[in-house]
Amino acid sequence: MLIYLRKRIVSSALPLVVVIVGVFALARMTGNPAALYLPLNATQQMRDEFTARNGLDQPLLVQMADYFGGVLRLDFGQSLRTGQDAAAMALRAFPATLQLAATTMVLAVLLALVVGCWAALKPNGVADRISSFVSMAAASIPDFWLAIVGIWVFAITLGWLPTSGVSGAGAWVLPIATLLLRPFGVLVQIVRGSMVSALSEPYIKLARSRGAGELRVVTHHALRNAAAPALTVAGDLTVGLVNGAVVVETIFGWPGIGKLMIDSILQRDFAVLQAAVLLTAVAIFALNILIDMGYALLDARVRPVTARA
Amino acid sequence: MKTAAQSVLPGQSRAHEVVLSVRALAVDIRTHRGTVRAVNDVNFEARAGETLALLGESGCGKSMTAKALAGIMDPVCDLAGGEVVLNGTDLAALTPKERLKFAGPELGIVFQDALTALNPVYTVGTQLGEAFRIHRGLGAKEAKVQAIELMERVGIPEPESRVNSYPHQFSGGMRQRILIAMAVALNPRLLIADEPTTALDVTVQAQIMQLLRKLREEGQMAVVLITHDLAVVAEEADSVAVMYAGNVVECGPVSEVFSDPRHPYTKGLLESVPVHVGRGARLLSIAGSPPELHDIPAGCVYQSRCPLVQDICRSERPQLLPVTDRPVNDRPVDDRPVDLQDDADDYAGALLSRPGRAAACHFSEEINNV
Repeated sequence: MLIYLRKRIVSSALPLVVVIVGVFALARMTGNPAALYLPLNATQQMRDEFTARNGLDQPLLVQMADYFGGVLRLDFGQSLRTGQDAAAMALRAFPATLQLAATTMVLAVLLALVVGCWAALKPNGVADRISSFVSMAAASIPDFWLAIVGIWVFAITLGWLPTSGVSGAGAWVLPIATLLLRPFGVLVQIVRGSMVSALSEPYIKLARSRGAGELRVVTHHALRNAAAPALTVAGDLTVGLVNGAVVVETIFGWPGIGKLMIDSILQRDFAVLQAAVLLTAVAIFALNILIDMGYALLDARVRPVTARA
Repeated sequence: MKTAAQSVLPGQSRAHEVVLSVRALAVDIRTHRGTVRAVNDVNFEARAGETLALLGESGCGKSMTAKALAGIMDPVCDLAGGEVVLNGTDLAALTPKERLKFAGPELGIVFQDALTALNPVYTVGTQLGEAFRIHRGLGAKEAKVQAIELMERVGIPEPESRVNSYPHQFSGGMRQRILIAMAVALNPRLLIADEPTTALDVTVQAQIMQLLRKLREEGQMAVVLITHDLAVVAEEADSVAVMYAGNVVECGPVSEVFSDPRHPYTKGLLESVPVHVGRGARLLSIAGSPPELHDIPAGCVYQSRCPLVQDICRSERPQLLPVTDRPVNDRPVDDRPVDLQDDADDYAGALLSRPGRAAACHFSEEINNV
């Protein structure tokens, strides 16, 4: 397993570099931060000074070499906006996103497992039709629209929930409900599909012939076989959330990494943007490794051979 | 092979006692083109310590019958009628939940393809032990001990280490052994073996059949062997029921059915076995193919391929009736046993009732004249 992990980490390094280079170059195409940080009537000399002070006058390659040198020393630069350490800002915003993503995904997966299994028990039955309609609707509703409607109905009209922020449990309801729908809808369909095919396998018949009851057949024999596709898709959806549920975080003023990235782009706060992207990229690579380990845990056939010895 | 052990353990059936009695079993399949009858009015008995072969070609309903017996039919299939009396209980009348009590302790089933029949994500030990956990309430550790014992019983080498292996880490023959071990885990009275050797190569086939024979004798199990292999039937079975298009067309002791077939289909099957066929000579086969299930004709199911077909075959379906011997006056006089030659009535009466022999043909007496 350790050998496998080491391989994965080494093979993740190159994509990470590519991501940093890409963000680095693209961010600088948004324009010179001097235009945003200096007063409108600033002289050209002041602008040049600002640019030089922040090293933005150097050729792109030199800037990049400097940046990579810093990254290797774990120095990610300072925020233009606040003067704080960029990495510290990204790390401070990340837990809010992770909490939101984790809560959403745990709820989505649990709900989808229950509904998906329930639908799969009788393909084309009443339960299946209802769940198919609900999941299709859930997966298709645009989250920004739902977020705004949610704020309008529950926060403004009814006054039950706050419009934004992170204060109190009530503040979690709308963001989670908004984020939950799509993963839930998609996962119900995946779970339903893979459960239907797992339940028609001969080993399910054989389990029944040993006296395994319906509950045991579904939870013990079929579910673990049906879990791999759901894990793949759930992983993919989690990546989307960890990446910062940008739209939802912005609408609800959720102080997560998505909002931080949007703000940094708008403010041309390059160091913070780079730190935030690098952090999410690392988190996504870690998540992918976890998903791969999840497969191996579920199914011995995909375990790396070295792990067995 | 036919001498059953005489000692009877508690909970076991007595040798030759009827363990399973299937009466008028019918199974319907719901299809897009309407409901079709896949198994129609099937009757047979299986006895302790004996093997009954259900013989027939693909699609004749033999596997469907097996699944109906075990209560593991596909969702599109319905039990349309009949009784499956296992040791005094009609399984067909039970709810699926009530049946679970019988699945394992009373009845075990072995499938054809052991790779898909084993759950790929659990170790064989877990799967072998499951029956003990469900029916005997054993814990994981005790169940594993039982699993190791079972693996030893079916001849898997190094069971202590192999018990933690996964199905894909075994060879085809070993997987089939595991499947058999699972079916006999709780010493059931009835073992259904649905083409247990079809997916295996010939040398392994012989080993698996030998294992089934050994287990049958140890446990005085009744075995229902589903197969399309005439050689397997001849070697392994005590009695045979030949199925065609969902119907049993002939049944009886294997030696009698094979030496003196009374249904043209059985006869056709036996004639298509290539024995003493010279190189380059044409192999015999039954012309045509079985009828589609949604297009079963009104009369005899075999009418479209039968060389003996008459008008009555097209209008009236022959019942599965006890085989009588040929009427005495049809026989050449010198064929009669000497001591019976004087009393023709006695002779006919003595041969009228052949135990277990039945055929569903209007002309079962004339088959061998074809």
